[in-house]
Amino acid sequence: MSCGDCPDGRKFDLIKEFPEKTKQLNDFIDALDIGPDRNRNRGFLIESLHEAQHIFGYLPRSVQQFVADKLHLYLSEVYGVISFYSYFTDRPVGKYKISVCTGTACFVRGANAVLEEFKRLLVLENGETTPDRKFSLASLRCVGACSLAPVVMVNDQVYGKVTAKMVADIINECK
Amino acid sequence: MIDSVETLNKRVEALRRESLAATRILVSMGTCGIAAGAAPVLAELRRLLAERGLENTVEIVETGCIGQCYAEPSVEILNPESNSGITYGKVKVSEVSMIIDHLADVVPGLETVNKTWYYPEDEANADNRLQARIVLRNSGRIDPEKLEDYLKNRGYQALAKVLTGMSPAEVVKEITESGLRGRGGGGFPTGMKWSFAAAQPAGRKYIVCNADEGDPGAFMDRAVLEGDPHSVLEAMIIGGYAIGADTGIVYIRAEYPLAVKRLKIAIRQAEENGLLGKNIFGSGFNFKIELKYGAGAFVCGEETALIHSIEGKRGEPTFKPPFPAVSGLWGCPTVVNNVETYANVPAVIRRGAAWFRTIGTEKSPGTKVFALAGKVENVGLVEVPMGTALRDIIFNLGGGIRDGKQFKAVQTGGPSGGCLKADRLDTRIDYDTLTALGSMMGSGGMIVMDEDDCMVNIAKFFLEFTLDESCGKCTPCRIGNTRLHEMLDRICTGRATGDTINKLRNLAYAVKDTSLCGLGQTSPNPVLSTLANFEEEYEAHIRDKKCPAGVCTKLITYLINDNCVGCTLCARNCPVSCISGERKQKHVIDQDRCIKCGVCYQACKFHAIDRI
Ligand SMILES: Cc1cc2nc3c(=O)[nH]c(=O)nc-3n(C[C@H](O)[C@H](O)[C@H](O)COP(=O)(O)O)c2cc1C
Ligand code: SF4
Ligand code: SF4
Ligand code: SF4
Ligand code: FES
Repeated sequence: MSCGDCPDGRKFDLIKEFPEKTKQLNDFIDALDIGPDRNRNRGFLIESLHEAQHIFGYLPRSVQQFVADKLHLYLSEVYGVISFYSYFTDRPVGKYKISVCTGTACFVRGANAVLEEFKRLLVLENGETTPDRKFSLASLRCVGACSLAPVVMVNDQVYGKVTAKMVADIINECK
Repeated sequence: MIDSVETLNKRVEALRRESLAATRILVSMGTCGIAAGAAPVLAELRRLLAERGLENTVEIVETGCIGQCYAEPSVEILNPESNSGITYGKVKVSEVSMIIDHLADVVPGLETVNKTWYYPEDEANADNRLQARIVLRNSGRIDPEKLEDYLKNRGYQALAKVLTGMSPAEVVKEITESGLRGRGGGGFPTGMKWSFAAAQPAGRKYIVCNADEGDPGAFMDRAVLEGDPHSVLEAMIIGGYAIGADTGIVYIRAEYPLAVKRLKIAIRQAEENGLLGKNIFGSGFNFKIELKYGAGAFVCGEETALIHSIEGKRGEPTFKPPFPAVSGLWGCPTVVNNVETYANVPAVIRRGAAWFRTIGTEKSPGTKVFALAGKVENVGLVEVPMGTALRDIIFNLGGGIRDGKQFKAVQTGGPSGGCLKADRLDTRIDYDTLTALGSMMGSGGMIVMDEDDCMVNIAKFFLEFTLDESCGKCTPCRIGNTRLHEMLDRICTGRATGDTINKLRNLAYAVKDTSLCGLGQTSPNPVLSTLANFEEEYEAHIRDKKCPAGVCTKLITYLINDNCVGCTLCARNCPVSCISGERKQKHVIDQDRCIKCGVCYQACKFHAIDRI
């Protein structure tokens, strides 16, 4: 298991490093209806992790441990959930999160060529982040805008009817 | 506060009187509309109406998805007196002022979109329209963030009827008699499912709405949640009353932020108005609804996995029985139904089971919403009576194949389904006809493919998806699908040998027969159905090392022939600059560097590039 805490070799504890963010997460979990039944508390795990990832951007070991302690769960239970669901990541993501839709509608309209072009120009594999943490590349399955297939999302911005030719421009727009 | 039928009716009357605005302008603000650029159009509308002092006579309504996604951004001008409207498609910001100039008549020169549906609850199908909208009755017509809009359109009337005049058993009976079948994929009779849960001893029970919508390329549940969230809440409360549950949970995928937002607003409004909470309609019945979020796992759409996910565990399915209706969430009886299933319930209650049965086929009453996508002209949602012919859906509502290409196949049922060839276009589709043809209804994804699609590659695509999404709990699915995928990969890259097809078929059946959950039991379907319908295409890949559709890059080569006039167009467009040649001289492709993207092939205007 990668802790993800030390992106450049240094020990780096997000929980200690960002007290205001930690407080935000702490307050969120405290407002949940946590009771004595730890099995029941697990029911709050996924929403707590959503919130944590929203606040910190990713879920390194320090954050996982924090959530585990708050919900009286084992770290292994928390990690088990993070590794199962593709939405959660224990790796830092880039400033520009590029997601190429590879749902069926986008696939039949040429999403693969678009994805390949992003890979080629960013020199990234699917799921990776550039060393300068500027770009992450990922594929996702259907954002529900199939009429605009193929669809690419850069953070919250949606690009429709994307062709391989447009890829360079999309990357250049990320400034 | 709405605490009785009288207060509900008074409220509705007051709302009707209040809506004095002469004209309503509807702007589709669903995910598709926003992505296509509806927000700037809306802003321009607001700005111009204010500038011209029309804010009080013209009302702007931000609606959900109307289903005509191909025509977004769309603007509909609705005259409330005649209840007739003009819909403009692909509206540009620069066209908005013309639209406001001509509120009562059509702006010459602008693209308008014809309605292809009728509303069975309100009107007869006088013009023989193909679509019948029950599930999408409010989508695109009301503001989903306003409870008032829902109330004006018969909202919560079904709940009032149930809570003030029907026993739980009568509700179950009505749903059973309507023949409503689950729209999430399996087609299981909803009334029967409710009766199992109702028969369990009184105690804690749950009503769960499956809004995980995992089939990539299907987006009808999103449209309902974004366009008409109260209809789902109303149905869940009715379901709760019928089975004796006091808690409902909507399990929604995290990839639908707008649907989440609108559901949250709707739940808050229902609570503030006494439609959720204690003693609803003074009946003594209490009900609350919570949201739980998915986190990007297709298998969590399977009901037992979904329940584990709500419990905060890894979303791994478990063996059935016990069925959730007997032992589900936290071990309590739990009804899991799909969004679209719920959206039908208020209409069934309002108009009765017998009315519902007049639409659709005998074994599959009602309508089905399909998400029509892929190579059709009009991508969007269509809601048709069960038993509508595929041809009508694809060629009439869908407008046929784009760019004048040839229809090749249509995939229904997403990664669990199968494809149908042109000779099946006259099939009248319902649950049973599709299953009989080796495909399935699934959740209603309908992806149309044309001559440029390689069916082996499509099968490989779906398997890639299942591989990604397999939870890994059981061996046939985890390993079997991996091996199937490897075989398909060998076929697509020209490394397959003679008996691959047999091996493929045998293993596919083994995976189907021995997997634990619905994911593995259906994941080989795309392979089996493309094999059944397009075996010659597999053969061409294996024997001749050729991809007839020209898709599998390892099996194709682009070559410039003597038609080349040296216009340089291809060289300028090649993304890797591997085409060389002097102006007015024949060009050449450097085969070592060519990435087979096909850009040159499409660019050349002189038929000078061959794909072999
Ligand atoms: C792998 C798999 C994925 C599924 N995904 C969904 C889904 O996204 N949405 C859904 O409503 N049902 C899905 N189902 C079906 C559910 O298990 C369940 O049958 C359905 O929610 C019941 O509701 P219904 O009776 O109203 O259709 C899936 C089933 C399987 C096996
Ligand atoms: S069939 Fe696949 S998804 Fe279903 S339990 Fe087995 S491994 Fe998991
Ligand atoms: S586009 Fe066609 S004609 Fe023009 S240089 Fe290329 S191959 Fe020759
Ligand atoms: S197929 Fe693509 S990479 Fe190859 S020569 Fe043509 S444009 Fe260039
Ligand atoms: S498949 Fe890409 S948006 Fe639906």
